[in-house]
Formats: sequence, structure tokens, C-alpha cells
Amino acid sequence: MPDSTFLDSTELVLNMGPQHPSTHGVLRVILKLDGEKVLGTECIIGYLHRGVEKIAENRTYAQFNPYVDRMDYVAAVSNGLGYCLAVEKLLNVEAPPRAQAVRVILTELNRIASHLLWLGTHALDIGAITPVFYCLREREEALKIFEKYCGARLTTHAFRIGGLLYETYDGFEQDVMQFCDMFVPKVDEYEELLTNNRIWVGRLKDVGILSAEECKEYGVTGPVLRAAGVKWDLRKAQPYSGYEKYDFEIPTRENGDTYDRYVVRMEEMRQSTRIMRQAVAAIPEGPIMGKVGKVIKPPVGEAYVSIEAPKGELGYYVVSDGSTQPYRCRVRPPSFVNLQALDRMIRGGLVADVVAVIGTLDIVLGEIDR
Amino acid sequence: MGKLLKQIFLVDLFQGLWVTFRNQNPKYIYTEQYPAERPKVAERYRGAPRLNINPDNGETLCISCNLCALACPETLIVVTSQRNEETKRKELTTFTYDTSRCMFCGLCEDACPVDALELTQDFEMATYTREGQIWDRQMLEEGPRPTQYKC
Ligand code: SF4
Ligand code: SF4
Repeated sequence: MPDSTFLDSTELVLNMGPQHPSTHGVLRVILKLDGEKVLGTECIIGYLHRGVEKIAENRTYAQFNPYVDRMDYVAAVSNGLGYCLAVEKLLNVEAPPRAQAVRVILTELNRIASHLLWLGTHALDIGAITPVFYCLREREEALKIFEKYCGARLTTHAFRIGGLLYETYDGFEQDVMQFCDMFVPKVDEYEELLTNNRIWVGRLKDVGILSAEECKEYGVTGPVLRAAGVKWDLRKAQPYSGYEKYDFEIPTRENGDTYDRYVVRMEEMRQSTRIMRQAVAAIPEGPIMGKVGKVIKPPVGEAYVSIEAPKGELGYYVVSDGSTQPYRCRVRPPSFVNLQALDRMIRGGLVADVVAVIGTLDIVLGEIDR
Repeated sequence: MGKLLKQIFLVDLFQGLWVTFRNQNPKYIYTEQYPAERPKVAERYRGAPRLNINPDNGETLCISCNLCALACPETLIVVTSQRNEETKRKELTTFTYDTSRCMFCGLCEDACPVDALELTQDFEMATYTREGQIWDRQMLEEGPRPTQYKC
């Protein structure tokens, strides 16, 4: 007898990406398949490596600020906030209350914009084409507020070390309030389209389960962790930029599957509008720039600041040697850490679920490769 | 029972279809007819750079202090100047700005002490050649002249 008949199947190694549209950038995944079943995966990253951390060592503190926007370009404002907070900690200054309030509004707006892009592309990957049009339509409104505020839509460079450069424009408050009023019914609309849709539920329920224990082992943060039932949000756990003043909920779910992560993110968008409403209603008057000199020269030391970016915990570790340039700037990107759990989530699943699981992690390759 | 009926009559699918149908309303059309209708960008938009001139006598406002070149993270601005022996003032000779490397962060604009360098609302900066992306002083003062399409 020959060792194998034509009915025997051998392991198939399939290469997905880096140009595959549903790997959300230039992620390359090598899949080991047994028929439809995924036996294992291997992620290959680095196609978007620009050496951002190295660039930091050759730029002054202020000059590096625009570069951080280019890591997680979908949530550039959050990146800017993290970096500015880290350098402010080094300098031992704090942004004035007015600057803090505006920062909170813009980061929450950015969270919504980031989640909207995630929802649109994730639904597109699963096969629901309609939501992407609606999501991008609403995202456009958020980007318009950024454009009016700081002059750029995506890589905003909105914050400066020590506070803000731009004063809010006339009608900023109304614009944000209008956005909140317009946006909440739209979230309901997306939910109407997707939440009970049987194809959507069928594709997402019990796919890519990651339990709370596993999340902690991998260091996964953000909506992925909260969908597994862990109530952990840095905005509540270690408030920064005045988040302790605002009243909002941390949405959690129990199962930790793809569907739960969808539900958590939808609820997060609603909570973000809640924060924005509270912040806009109480923007204090006063200066927008703290006591920072023209040349930023922090004392010798190091600082680590982590914030809750839309994708999870985003940390900046800045070491100063007393000169005008950082000695080292290390970034803890949420997407990079979350991506490590990909293998655990897909193993044993079906090929068709790979796309769903990559989508649900909400990765941005600019941040992973840096 | 209700659940079964809902499943049989595809209630969830029709719910979604109703949303799509509602959004057919022409009121919700969002597409910008770009080349025909130019979008109005915000007042603070950071687009094509411009080197301002004094409208009265056409002289440049730039005092050749080189601060913008120092502020730029990409070091793409090159300013050269010459000391005028009669007036003992520095005078701008050339000013090059490589828009292909610019990320429109606005740091140069902030650094300029006399508001000579400014990022304007022009956003159509495409060229046919790479060399065309390097703007000289004349180009910076006149601004880009994009083709206007009319329908
Ligand atoms: S906008 Fe930024 S990158 Fe461009 S020239 Fe000015 S400082 Fe340099
Ligand atoms: S900073 Fe302003 S004045 Fe100084 S060289 Fe640049 S454009 Fe000219």
C-alpha cells in the first residue's frame, strides 16, 4: 500500500498578506492549514518599519511630536497626548485645566473616529458592505472638527508639550455638541444593521475566544480585554489629563469572543460622547500653555506614561540625558501586544475566521512596526 | 415562539434593509464632486507653503533669520542670505522648500517671528516631476496655480 492515498490531506502552508486587504495594512500571516482548519499561524511584521524610536533620538522634543502621529495614524491625537504627557512628566509641568479639557474632547473624538474606521472595515471584511459607507460618513464629521481645530485631518499634531498651541475656534463647542447629538442615533442605526443580523452573529459568535486569563498572560489591553470581562480602563484606573472629573462607564462583556468585542466597542463610542458632552459643557477659561520654555530641555531622568488609546494601553517611555534631544524614546504600542494573541485566538478555527479575528483585534501596522 | 416567527420571516434582515432604505434619501448624499466643486477647507488648514511679501512694495517679509530651517524636523528648508553693505541688513537671496518631504506639521510656521512663512489653504500640490516638488522662492511667493476644472 502507498503511504498516502488521494484522500489523505497534507498540511498546507498558506501565505496571507502583506498585500491582502483584510490584514489592515501590511501584516503577513503564514497559516498552517489542515483543510479548512487552522493549525497554527505565524505573523511577520516589519514591512512598515520606519525606525520611529531611532528618529526620536535625533530630533528635539518638539520636533519629534509630529512623528508620533504617524504611528497609530488612525488615532493620531491619542498618540500625541501620550507623548506630550510623558515629556511633561519629565519636565514636571502640567497642562492648564483648559488645555486638559480640550485634550480630553479631542482624544474622545479621535476614539470615535478610530472605532468607526474599525467598525466599517471589520464589517467589510465579514461581508457587510453597507456599514463602511455610513461609518466613514460620520467619521468625516469628526475629522472636520479636527481640521477646523488644528488644520489637519489625520496626522493632526494637535497638542504641544505643555498644553496646546491652537485656541479653540469660534463654534467649537457647538460643533462638538452637534456631533454628539447627531452621532448617538447613528450608533443605534449601526446596531440595527448588525447586532441582530443572523449572518453577523453567525460569523462572530464564539469565534476567536480569548479568556480573561489568557488576555492577562499575553498582556492584551483595550476592548479585547474588556470583552473578556476585565473591568480595566486606564482612564479610570490611573486617570490622566483630568479624566477623573468625568462620569462614564466601562463597558464589559463576559465571553471574550469577536461578537463581544464588537458590542464593547459600540458601547465605548456612546460613552465617549458622554465624556465629550461633560467636557464641552465645562471647558474652563484660562491659559492653554503651561510654563514651558521655547527650548525644551528636561532634567536628567526618565518618565513612563501610559494612556488608554482606542486600541488599548499606549505607553511612552522617554529618557532624558539633559540635552534637547531624547536619549531614548520607547513606545509600548497596544496593537503590537494585542497581535501576539492572534495565534491563540485562531488556532483550531476555520480559515474564514482568520479575517474576522484580525479585524476584531483592530490593529494598525504603523504602530506595530514603528 | 416569537423568536421562531422572527427567524422565519427574516425580521433581522428586513430591519437592516430598512436602515439602508432610509439612507437612500437624497438628503444624506455626502459625496464631494471634487474637481468640479472644490471643497472648502478650514481656515486653519495646513497646506501649501507661502512666503509672504509686503503688498505695498513687493518686498519679502522674510528677515532670513533661519529659524524655520532650524525648527523643521525634516530639515527641508534652506535659507541663504547676503549682507547688504549699504544698509547693513541681511537680505534673502534664495529660499528652497522641498514639499516632497514636508509633513505639514506647522512647526516652521510657528517658528517664524515675522509671519513670513505660512501654510495656506491650497492643497493641490501634485507635480509631474520630483524636481517640481522643490519649491524655490518665486514659487513660494506666487503659490501653486492648480488647473481649475469647471463643469
Ligand atoms: S511643515 Fe513641518 S515638515 Fe514641513 S517644512 Fe514646516 S516644519 Fe518642516
Ligand atoms: S523663520 Fe520666517 S523670517 Fe526667518 S528665515 Fe524662515 S521665513 Fe524667513
